[in-house]
Amino acid sequence: MSEESDLPQGGSKMKRIITGNQAVAYGVMLSHVELISAYPITPQTTIVEELSELCARGRVKAQFLKVESEHSAMAACIGASTGGVRAFTATSSHGLAYMHEMLHWASGARLPIVLVNVNRALGPGWNIWNDQSDSLSQRDTGWIQLYCERNQEVLDTVLQAYRIAESISLPVMVVLDAFVLSHTSEAVDIPSEEKVDGFLPPFAPKYPVDPMKPVSYSGITTPEYYLEFRYKIQKAMEEVPEVARDVDHQFRSRFGRGYDLVERYGKDEGEVLLVTSGALTGTARTVIQKMAEKGHKVGGVKVKMVRPFPSKEIGQALQGAEKVAVIDRNISFGVGGILAQELRAGLYHREKKPPVFGFVAGLGGRDITPDVIEEAIQYTLDHSRPDGDILWLGLKK
Amino acid sequence: MKKMEIPSSENLGRGHLACAGCGAAVAMRLALKALGEKTVLIIPASCWSIIPGPWPYSSLRIPVIHAGFVTGGATASGIRAALDIRGHENALVAVWAGDGGTFDIGLQSLSGAAERNEDFIYICNDNEAYMNTGTQRSSATPYLAWTTTTPAHHPKENPKKDIMAIMADHHIPYAATATISYPEDLIRKIEKAKEMKGTRFVHLLSPCPPGWRIPSEMSVKLSRLAVRSRVFPLYEIEDRKYTIQEESLKEGVPVEQYLRLQGRFSHLKSHEIERFQKMVDEQWERLLKRARC
Repeated sequence: MSEESDLPQGGSKMKRIITGNQAVAYGVMLSHVELISAYPITPQTTIVEELSELCARGRVKAQFLKVESEHSAMAACIGASTGGVRAFTATSSHGLAYMHEMLHWASGARLPIVLVNVNRALGPGWNIWNDQSDSLSQRDTGWIQLYCERNQEVLDTVLQAYRIAESISLPVMVVLDAFVLSHTSEAVDIPSEEKVDGFLPPFAPKYPVDPMKPVSYSGITTPEYYLEFRYKIQKAMEEVPEVARDVDHQFRSRFGRGYDLVERYGKDEGEVLLVTSGALTGTARTVIQKMAEKGHKVGGVKVKMVRPFPSKEIGQALQGAEKVAVIDRNISFGVGGILAQELRAGLYHREKKPPVFGFVAGLGGRDITPDVIEEAIQYTLDHSRPDGDILWLGLKK
Repeated sequence: MKKMEIPSSENLGRGHLACAGCGAAVAMRLALKALGEKTVLIIPASCWSIIPGPWPYSSLRIPVIHAGFVTGGATASGIRAALDIRGHENALVAVWAGDGGTFDIGLQSLSGAAERNEDFIYICNDNEAYMNTGTQRSSATPYLAWTTTTPAHHPKENPKKDIMAIMADHHIPYAATATISYPEDLIRKIEKAKEMKGTRFVHLLSPCPPGWRIPSEMSVKLSRLAVRSRVFPLYEIEDRKYTIQEESLKEGVPVEQYLRLQGRFSHLKSHEIERFQKMVDEQWERLLKRARC
């Protein structure tokens, strides 16, 4: 718990050592969220606890509804956002799965809700550790999905998320890794309230509920009209990359740091490009640098935005790659790693299609060490084609 | 006795899609008179999700938010918070849910909201089955009733859940039963609830011609017989204090008179009607006991 003296005043020149979950809480505080509705689940709990503390101390001036389930948490956010206030929730794993029905509702209702999901494995068996299957299995729900590599990025992405969501009227899911980020402390710059207010203005809803305006929201929509509503959602999604780039550009000029939707790093000429998302990217950078120093032609691609799937940006990032390796910390049973699958689809129309080596690793929090990453890259260097659609890393025999 | 003034405002427009004789249509019309224009109504999935008519039309002349089946209590909590934050503190938030969205799939959300004593009036429009999807049983379906999932050779196995007792035990400030055949009582109760804060619950019985297998002109009569036979007594619970309405304190008519008029009970044999009567009597005694505590 934070002491009064510990609470960040923001804007100081010194960075604070905080966990990913604390970074979320401070991002929410700086975003002037008006309604928080959440249900605890490991490893999201310290977000909810920190926000409760901040609310109780008046540092976060939001109404905090301590609902009785995640499904209700999203329903309450939907109610609040329809009512015209900035709404927030956080969850993980089974909580996100429980919300699934309402995730569809939020995007269908075009509500700019921001949800932070801490990537955790789904049971059975019960597993509280790092795994991306929870958020990625919700990729069809019409939510924008942004993945974070570091705690700084987590805080910054919460701020950017509200800008993006409110510009395009679609909900945004900000994702961070369980324990690796959520419970690990890193140095984070917490911007001042004034600076953030200049970047993120108050929510100006288009159609807030007005007691004196008798209109109906979300009523029955027959086959005669439904298709056009869905078309509009897809069109909005197609505008997101440009909106997100614009928001990031403004963020960079104000705060001096920013994040590409897709980032290519390492050597320009890549025989092998390793694609990752989330905290795993941090480890990948180190391994790739080490291997490049040894003379290997390897580079890396970090995918921040997974929905909408940025095929254009990915295509650009993979230019010149002879082979692509993807490490998925997730799986879609019957197909394989989800990023690999999406990547293959994104590359399909290209004349020159590099083979995609789809590695699955780290499920349920199995540690992805530098050795594991090196093994994946080395395998890709040593083989012209992958030996199957799914290449399992670290599997016990 | 002084006659009560029924508000003349009409906030239910013509051209809605309710069946002929729909109890819920009468109920909504009356409820809207009592709720007034400054009401934001949340409708979780139920017959009333369809009755107002399809986009872009609505026959409801107040703001309406259609919500997921499960979510009456939670959506209302969110709307209430937003309205307060935006300066609409004196707008009323009301929920209109069916028995499915209250007794079954919506119970968790309602219970959570009631435990937090969220500020809204929750009206359960009870037609005693999942009528919107074609008359499947709910936990509000009466003992031995036919529904499509409790056919006549294997009718509803268990008695109706006592939703009033469940809600009262959440320590909410107000809970009341009401039905369409006693319109002044219904309006009085909603107007009374309007003056209070916190979670206020109205259990409203609405006969359903296709679901109860009754002719469409029988809705009001059966609503009255439900009360007169003590199957559905009229009472209020205000801060744990019970008030049973005079109409229900009169001697009850035999439940057979109520059951025999409904196709959904036409398979009942006399010993089953006797069992039903016994259950009604026991339930009545239990209510009196609770009222005395």
